[in-house]
Amino acid sequence: MNPIDTSRRAFLGRTAAFAGVALAPGVLLYEFAAAREAGQEASAAVRWGMLVDTTRCASGCTACVDACNAEHGVPKASRPTDAQWIRKVELKDLRTGAVRSAPVMCQHCAEPPCVDVCPTGASFKRADGIVLVDRHTCIGCRYCMMACPYKARSFVHEPTTGQKTDTPRGKGCVESCNLCAHRVDRGEKPACVDACSAAGHRAIVFGDLNDPSSEIALRVRSVATSQLRADLRTDNGVRYQGL
Amino acid sequence: MAARPALAHSAPAWPTGPAPRGFTALAAAGAVVLALAVGAAHYMEERGHVVTGMGNEVVWGLPHVFAIFLIVAASGALNVASVGSVFGVAAYKRRAALSALLALALLVGGLLVLVLDLGRPERLVVAATHYNFRSIFAWNMILYNGFLAIVAGYVWVNLERRFASLATPVGILAFVWRIVLTTGTGSIFGFLVARQGYASGLVAPLFLAMSLAWGLAVFLLVQGALARWHGAPVPEAFRLRLRRLLGVFVATVAYLTAVLHLTNLYWAKQAAFERFILVDGTPYAFLFWAGWAGLGTAVPLVLVFHPRLRGPRATAMAALAVIAGAFAQLYVFIIGGQAFPLEIFPGYAASSDFRDGAIAPMSRAFRKRFWAWGD
Repeated sequence: MNPIDTSRRAFLGRTAAFAGVALAPGVLLYEFAAAREAGQEASAAVRWGMLVDTTRCASGCTACVDACNAEHGVPKASRPTDAQWIRKVELKDLRTGAVRSAPVMCQHCAEPPCVDVCPTGASFKRADGIVLVDRHTCIGCRYCMMACPYKARSFVHEPTTGQKTDTPRGKGCVESCNLCAHRVDRGEKPACVDACSAAGHRAIVFGDLNDPSSEIALRVRSVATSQLRADLRTDNGVRYQGL
Repeated sequence: MAARPALAHSAPAWPTGPAPRGFTALAAAGAVVLALAVGAAHYMEERGHVVTGMGNEVVWGLPHVFAIFLIVAASGALNVASVGSVFGVAAYKRRAALSALLALALLVGGLLVLVLDLGRPERLVVAATHYNFRSIFAWNMILYNGFLAIVAGYVWVNLERRFASLATPVGILAFVWRIVLTTGTGSIFGFLVARQGYASGLVAPLFLAMSLAWGLAVFLLVQGALARWHGAPVPEAFRLRLRRLLGVFVATVAYLTAVLHLTNLYWAKQAAFERFILVDGTPYAFLFWAGWAGLGTAVPLVLVFHPRLRGPRATAMAALAVIAGAFAQLYVFIIGGQAFPLEIFPGYAASSDFRDGAIAPMSRAFRKRFWAWGD
């Protein structure tokens, strides 16, 4: 019997180890493909969006609203002066009588009227499509609220308490859904999306509209969806199914 | 021109001499109102806009009614200066400085209201250093500041004899600037594509006509009061000319307002909004018909064009009615335009705890009135 060729075995072992070292970061990168390094700019190759399936959204369920309030430290709204980042709207088709329920938040338009009208540029759109308010340059003129077709923005009418580290809020500035930019940058989904799934409805799909293999892109391609006030051609990042 | 020699008289533009007793009383009343305004602004600054009656639906309220009136009237107060310097009519030219000073005072008053209403007024320096040139608001900041500078310069060249030759070119610049400025102010609303009450190219010319009427009404009142205090009546020929001009401007506003509503009525998608403003909406329909159409349009037109009402009292009443109608019109336009729900889901009846599909509340608006009146 010939002696075992240990050098060949060692070569195979080294090759496997090298392949493992080389591939592991790739596997990890794939796992957290959406996460952004600190200081890394948002990419214009990405267009974050949401698809709301109104046929799955349950009337009376406020899981998304509650999760949003908890995530951003926004108290539950009851008065016309209270901020509301996301709201549940009950809809009745005036011709057929069909009833639908849907969450409405900032629609993260590609052509946002709020950004156009903001005198100081405090309302701005990130390269990846998220529309935000820079709290350092917002002067509280509320022109963006006049311009928003979706009533998506709120003005902070009173001193705030219970602020969250990721969501600075303050009296005298305008605010709205920021698509949980801090979570998205960590590679997570917005709080409302996770809450809707946890409640068993899975009525909100979040993802990159520009990525043809993403669930949202596949859904938008395969089923009829619509954008609110599509006549305004603001090209919203939030789409609705079943309206 | 036959009429012009009659206007060219040698009396000074406004009487000189010691201030009458009424002036001191007026100044004291003004100081009281100003103190109330400062107190109200401080109160709001401490507590936030929650005390104002404005909310997330009616985001611009009574302060904006006052501010827009003052800013629009400021441009119109310059009418007399414009006629004097641009068209070279002597009687007008003599009153050019008064007209320009009034324009400055009205604009500063209007801008003060707007600045004090900001959520973060202390960030005015941000507004002055960060410009988004896609925003008509940013352009307006430049237009307002430019107006102040040009009209201040105009007052200077008018009062300083050495620069008399500059009065006409600076007057022409001020005339062009004020037209652009009022177009810009109207476009703040005209460019709001999503709101049924505003998105229209007609808003800018409507604001221009309103500025001509409202500014002239303010000028007539101030000129009449000054003349009365000093016992030196305004020459009748001049007053009657301005009075007739006021009538023409009021009729122009009425025409453009009618066209705006008639075009809306023609579009099915605007029918519900027009019904709200013209028929159902409380208090908007009442303010539109009784306030603007009746008091602000019909009454001054009768006072101005009735052959037997030629006295200074009727002129002053007409001017007052125009100003009262202006507030009614702006209230309907600004607050009524926001109180009507945004149509986010055409074809659906919408309801939510954020008042989707509902008329916005605007009942708790009393406290902010102090503040708006003060400015």
